[in-house]
Amino acid sequence: MDFQLTEDQRALRDGVRALLAGRFGPEALRTAVARGGRGLDRALWRELGEAGFFSLRLPEADGGVGLGLPEAVLAFEEAGRVLLPGPLVATHLAAGEVAGAATGETVVTAVYGGLVEWLDESDAVRDGAGGPAGDGAAGAVPLTSVDPLTPLHRVPGTFPTDPTAHAGPVGDTGPTGPPRPPDHLATLLTAAEQLGNAARTCERAVQHARTRQQFGQPIGAFQAVKHLCARMLVRVELARAAVYAAAVTADPMDIAAARLLADDAAVRGARDCLQVHGGMGFTWESDVHLYLKRAWVRTRRGGSATVSEELLARDLVAGAGR
Amino acid sequence: MDLTYTAEEEEFRARLREWLAKTLPALPPKPSLGDWPGRRAYDLGWQRTLYDAGYAGLHWPLDAGGRGATPVQHLIYLEETEKAGAPYVGANFVGLLHAGPTIAAEGTTEQRARWLPPVLRGEEVWCQGFSEPDAGSDLAALRTRAWRDGDDYVVSGSKIWTSHAEVADWCELLVRTDPDAPRHRGISWLAMSMDAPGITVRPLRTLAGSAEFAEVFLDEVRIPVAHRVGAENDGWRVTMVTLSYERGTAFVGEVVACRRVLGELAHAARGNGRWDDPALRRWLGRLNAEFRALWRLTQWNVSEAERTGGVPGVGGSVFKLRYSHARQELYDAAAEVLGPEALDLEQEWTRDRLTSLSYTIAAGTSQIQRNIVAERILGLPKGR
Ligand SMILES: Cc1cc2nc3c(=O)[nH]c(=O)nc-3n(C[C@H](O)[C@H](O)[C@H](O)COP(=O)(O)OP(=O)(O)OC[C@H]3O[C@@H](n4cnc5c(N)ncnc54)[C@H](O)[C@@H]3O)c2cc1C
Repeated sequence: MDFQLTEDQRALRDGVRALLAGRFGPEALRTAVARGGRGLDRALWRELGEAGFFSLRLPEADGGVGLGLPEAVLAFEEAGRVLLPGPLVATHLAAGEVAGAATGETVVTAVYGGLVEWLDESDAVRDGAGGPAGDGAAGAVPLTSVDPLTPLHRVPGTFPTDPTAHAGPVGDTGPTGPPRPPDHLATLLTAAEQLGNAARTCERAVQHARTRQQFGQPIGAFQAVKHLCARMLVRVELARAAVYAAAVTADPMDIAAARLLADDAAVRGARDCLQVHGGMGFTWESDVHLYLKRAWVRTRRGGSATVSEELLARDLVAGAGR
Repeated sequence: MDLTYTAEEEEFRARLREWLAKTLPALPPKPSLGDWPGRRAYDLGWQRTLYDAGYAGLHWPLDAGGRGATPVQHLIYLEETEKAGAPYVGANFVGLLHAGPTIAAEGTTEQRARWLPPVLRGEEVWCQGFSEPDAGSDLAALRTRAWRDGDDYVVSGSKIWTSHAEVADWCELLVRTDPDAPRHRGISWLAMSMDAPGITVRPLRTLAGSAEFAEVFLDEVRIPVAHRVGAENDGWRVTMVTLSYERGTAFVGEVVACRRVLGELAHAARGNGRWDDPALRRWLGRLNAEFRALWRLTQWNVSEAERTGGVPGVGGSVFKLRYSHARQELYDAAAEVLGPEALDLEQEWTRDRLTSLSYTIAAGTSQIQRNIVAERILGLPKGR
């Protein structure tokens, strides 16, 4: 067992980070916000395609990079760090399935939990539960998205209003009527983005706490602020261990666990980051709100959190008593 | 990133499992909670059994009499012994997990030869005399005083919360050897025989009802200068070595225990109908996520230790922070499952719930751990 990044994995992560820093830095983020989520940057999409972002897991024989889930997770973590906009997960999962997805020529979105991201800017729509692409987005109506960088459509009637309806009682012979499975890979890649989101908000909170002065000292010297930051880091590190492990095992239970911890780290991390920034954190000018809003959007991609909780509860009683 | 174990590691696991399967059924019954001499004998007996089978001091270095096992082998050892329900280190905790490793790292050849073998053979029990009534979180505020008198130190003062003091043979003792030096510079680390004249041990009753720890009064106790580990007044540095061991690997096996307890809890809920409560079920599901992640974090930290090969780092604080709270929550969930039974002290769950209240206090409170994470990992400034 050697549960640490390999040299190659480090190099890949650093490469993706450098690419994104050059191509989607803070300036580009602000420009994208100014565009108000209209007009997905197709040039960037194709550059990502060329760099292998979408074809990362496609076999080399099919023109892909031939890497695995752990590498994909590292790339998505980096995308999460910079708030890279667009239906990245859906397009990545469509590579090899929808023509042009692997190269970034085609933008593919998907229906997750009754929501579709970037519908008007996409060329194809997948069924987010892993089924074949169809007209799953038929009748979708636009929402005024809370996240200025993620336009959203709502698909009427697809929201599982009662998650327990999918998780009936467990019989003595084992679980029956399992919850409708979310697309595990979409859930995992989303968790990786949440991890990047969480890690970045922790760094930004710490940076601010080191420099902002009040009462004659950096606010990071105050224990109340210090402890907020420490809690953020602990959530990030636990989520990281869970997400990376799930990438290695691809086990649905590991993925469900990773998802819960990564959502928690991203959402609470962004809120704490906002708190550490004080009044500045509440402004449109500061980017902090963007992390929170995107984290909220992503929490819906893996289906409702209660479905993951039910899956993990069943896991405790599955098998012969453990 | 690789979570599969090598053939060598799997072989180590298989041999250990086989040995546990044939050894554990022959163990004597566990003594009752209040029976201290019985518990000492039981814990030392288990240590002797480990010694005879070649498993004693697995993670200690070879030249300290240990087995020089890799961190991953140690992880496998903790996982398998816990899964098999083997006895806990118990009274051997301090000797095996931090006094021993500290002496191995900082002691002289004579000191290592004197103190390490009896710990490994299950002949001597150690306790930790760090905290004082006015020096807990602020350990460097300790006042227990040591004067030089010929070849001895003469020590007076008092210690508190000393676990296993009643049954210990030796105590890792922090004393102030230079009252005029800045507070971190005047401390020394001594090994004190608990038989020395002038020592009074007064058991303290914990909120769980048992006498797990004690107050220790020291009235002109003579300790040979040769029993000092590290240089005079350099005890704070030695103490940091001790604390890093204490926080490093001490809780690994317990994550495995928590996962087992959680499984038992789910089955109990199935049995008494509480499983039909969706809120409770989801709470257990979330705890499952939590302990799975804590186990992964353990594997991550152990792999890191294996690569860097050093003393366990501050990553232990990250783990301890989340683990101690998660374990308390586990017993809160247990109380929801048990209902009225959760108020019955005869229930093991209830006693474990009470015991778990100390996890956010002992070995550094959560507040102190957060300071460590913020200042040493995140680099935030120290403040008042
Ligand atoms: C079951 C158990 C076993 C123990 N065994 C041993 C043992 O064998 N040997 C030994 O030497 N000690 C032992 N201890 C002592 C333990 O290490 C101390 O209790 C602990 O370090 C806290 O110190 P204190 O009790 O003096 O609390 P205090 O330091 O008085 O703390 C009280 C409260 O104030 C908070 N606080 C204190 N300082 C700060 C700060 N700077 N910032 C924010 N909050 C702060 C604490 O977090 C806590 O909430 C044991 C304790 C327990 C509970």
